[in-house]
Amino acid sequence: MVEFILARYNYWIVIILMMTGLYIVFSRGNLVKTLVGLNLFQTSVFIFYITIGYVAGGTAPILIGGGEKKDDHHHNGHPHDDHHGADHDHAHGDHSGRHSIDQSSPLSHEEATAFVQGERANALDGNRPGGSPVEEAKAHEGSEGSLHTLPEVGAMPEGERTGAASNSLFSSADQSSPPSDAQRNIDRFDVDVAAATPSPRSENIVEATADILYSNPLPHVLILTAIVVGVATTAVGLAIAVRIREAYGTIEEDALEQMDNQAEFGGTAPQSDEGSRA
Amino acid sequence: MNLADQLPVLPVIIPLIAAAIGILLPKGRIAWAWATVVSWVTFGVTLMLLEQVSLAETVIYDMGGWTAPLGISYRIDLIGAIVMTLVAGVAAFVFPYAKESVAKEIPHAQSGYFYAMMLVCFAGLMGVVATGDAFNVFVFLEISSLSTYALVAMGARADRRALTAAFTYLVLGTIGATFFVIGLGLLYQATGTLNMLDLHERLAGQDNKVVRAGFAFIVTGLGLKLAMFPLHRWLPDAYTYAPSAVTVFLASTATKVAVYAMLRFIFTVFGFTFAFMDVAFLLFILLGLTGMVVASLVAIFRNDVKQMLAFSSVAQVGYMLLGISFATVEGVSAAVMHVFNHALMKAALFMAVGVVFYAFGSHQMSAYRGLGKRMPFTAGCFIVAGLSLIGVPFTAGFISKYLLIEAAFSATLAVPSLLIVFMIVASSLLAVGYIGRVAYEMFLADPAPDAAPVPKIPLSLLIPLGLMTAANIYIGLDAEGMTGLARAGAETLMRTGLGFGGVE
Repeated sequence: MVEFILARYNYWIVIILMMTGLYIVFSRGNLVKTLVGLNLFQTSVFIFYITIGYVAGGTAPILIGGGEKKDDHHHNGHPHDDHHGADHDHAHGDHSGRHSIDQSSPLSHEEATAFVQGERANALDGNRPGGSPVEEAKAHEGSEGSLHTLPEVGAMPEGERTGAASNSLFSSADQSSPPSDAQRNIDRFDVDVAAATPSPRSENIVEATADILYSNPLPHVLILTAIVVGVATTAVGLAIAVRIREAYGTIEEDALEQMDNQAEFGGTAPQSDEGSRA
Repeated sequence: MNLADQLPVLPVIIPLIAAAIGILLPKGRIAWAWATVVSWVTFGVTLMLLEQVSLAETVIYDMGGWTAPLGISYRIDLIGAIVMTLVAGVAAFVFPYAKESVAKEIPHAQSGYFYAMMLVCFAGLMGVVATGDAFNVFVFLEISSLSTYALVAMGARADRRALTAAFTYLVLGTIGATFFVIGLGLLYQATGTLNMLDLHERLAGQDNKVVRAGFAFIVTGLGLKLAMFPLHRWLPDAYTYAPSAVTVFLASTATKVAVYAMLRFIFTVFGFTFAFMDVAFLLFILLGLTGMVVASLVAIFRNDVKQMLAFSSVAQVGYMLLGISFATVEGVSAAVMHVFNHALMKAALFMAVGVVFYAFGSHQMSAYRGLGKRMPFTAGCFIVAGLSLIGVPFTAGFISKYLLIEAAFSATLAVPSLLIVFMIVASSLLAVGYIGRVAYEMFLADPAPDAAPVPKIPLSLLIPLGLMTAANIYIGLDAEGMTGLARAGAETLMRTGLGFGGVE
């Protein structure tokens, strides 16, 4: 139980931040404090998305080109590794091994379209085509029983064959063994089902494809957008708070409400009975 | 690379770019003219798009040539085209109306920003409808919401409470949007995609806690945006204190687009195979029914006519939710029809309120005393649109309520159909109550002897008002074409939901 909680500490952080933020928003107080709470609430979502995108042992989603950059990558890659805890030590050990093979080529437009036309629609990560097999694994786990599972292997374009071979191996293995596995995941409310958690099984494929493992870049992109939205919201909120202060002379919600009520009941016909009647 | 290929993206791009240009233009008249021209051009484009979609069923536009699961694609089917045309049409009437109303209510220095904001909001609403990418919905929803917060706050010149209303709206709107994003994150975790059709395909057969939580977050988030009954707290104040033109625009478009997004997520993304859906439908029925009655009751006791109509909007959202919850083609087409008709009647009603505010500077019931004699045209339009809101035959409101009742009888539901029909009628009777109060003041009460003389009302206010009212009667008399479109749209939508078709 303790292990279960500790292994997902990032989710707990998300939940605690989220609830703290919401509480600050809803508890009466100062308008600026409300905005602080709102920011906290949004930050929890940012962390949540980053958690989704994290691939254990994966490096930052930056394309690594030539050999000389690989050393950088080696250094940069490491701090990420000990993030997830639990069963990811394997991935770590495996990590350096993978480096010896230079596989990375830039993702060209043609490749990407071929990729799509090959109907490998469940590449979730926008990595290099055939890139992260871990992603592949989770697609298989995540979409069990969907239409996607097998046919795509045949439909893959040239240059994906190596990956395809190992994938097909994996898929058959996947089909034979793991209903129980998936079942267990669901039972434990393992949110990681589709998140970045390589199972020991998937390492074989990692080795086979010998590729650089990237974190999933898409959530990062999404959250960048959400951060921009959050900044804009905060700016508009603070601007309105400034105007409220000019108009009312206070930014305490209780005082504001009192003034508004006075304005409403003072100037017009009495409305105090509406609450009880409605 | 001809124009017809670019149609799906133009209604989003034109107002967005025009907004940036609009800020640079001289304030006042020129900024207004620019915004008006842009809104009419966009309206024309959406009409062309509607025609294209009604011939080709779905139009797909891949942003930058990147095809669906990788790139962001815009995907417009019939329902989308109807809602886009509706939003653009309302905008095309609101901008001419805005000129005099804004000149009166907004400081001249701010007028340029005002029109720019309206255009940004317009672009955002269009984007929500056009896009086929789930995360893009969030972005556009926030584009429109952020500009809306600023627009509501611009009502501060007339009443400083606009500021607190805007702040509350901002806080609740942001919470709604953030809930929506959390839901999307959970869905992404379960499927690894954000394209709506792709999501649908991969969600098929999945029913675990992650997906359920995602569904709940998305429904709650959108529920906040569309003012679903217990989450409607931001709406009445925001509508009451916003400048007249803003209220007209928001009341007839913003919640409608949120309803559309809800339809999209329920039928296109999750679909009927999702087992949790029944719970949501039951929730919609209960919340819809409660909202219809409670919000109408509150509306009756309001002395501020604008606030009364705002509460009535909350009640009307209940009808739309009810239509969705039937989960039949009839129900959804009734909901779409009500989205359309409610936009027309609320536009006409809020325009009339704006005209009265222009004349007397007040939304209070006392300003309406004897209006039938003093401003017969405005009072007449108010009454016709009010009758449409109640659902009197030969008005638009009757058509959608009739369709809704018909759908309620033909659907098998958790709540007895008779009870639902009874509640619909009861809520309509409550509408008679609040519209009747205004009607009494306007036609039966004598004008106060010391009342201020009626100033001259510019035609630019009265013509859009008259046209909107006429539209209400026209739909009421000749609903054939519109209901046919709504029905065809609902069929396309439901077909995707059932898991066949949809994939192009």
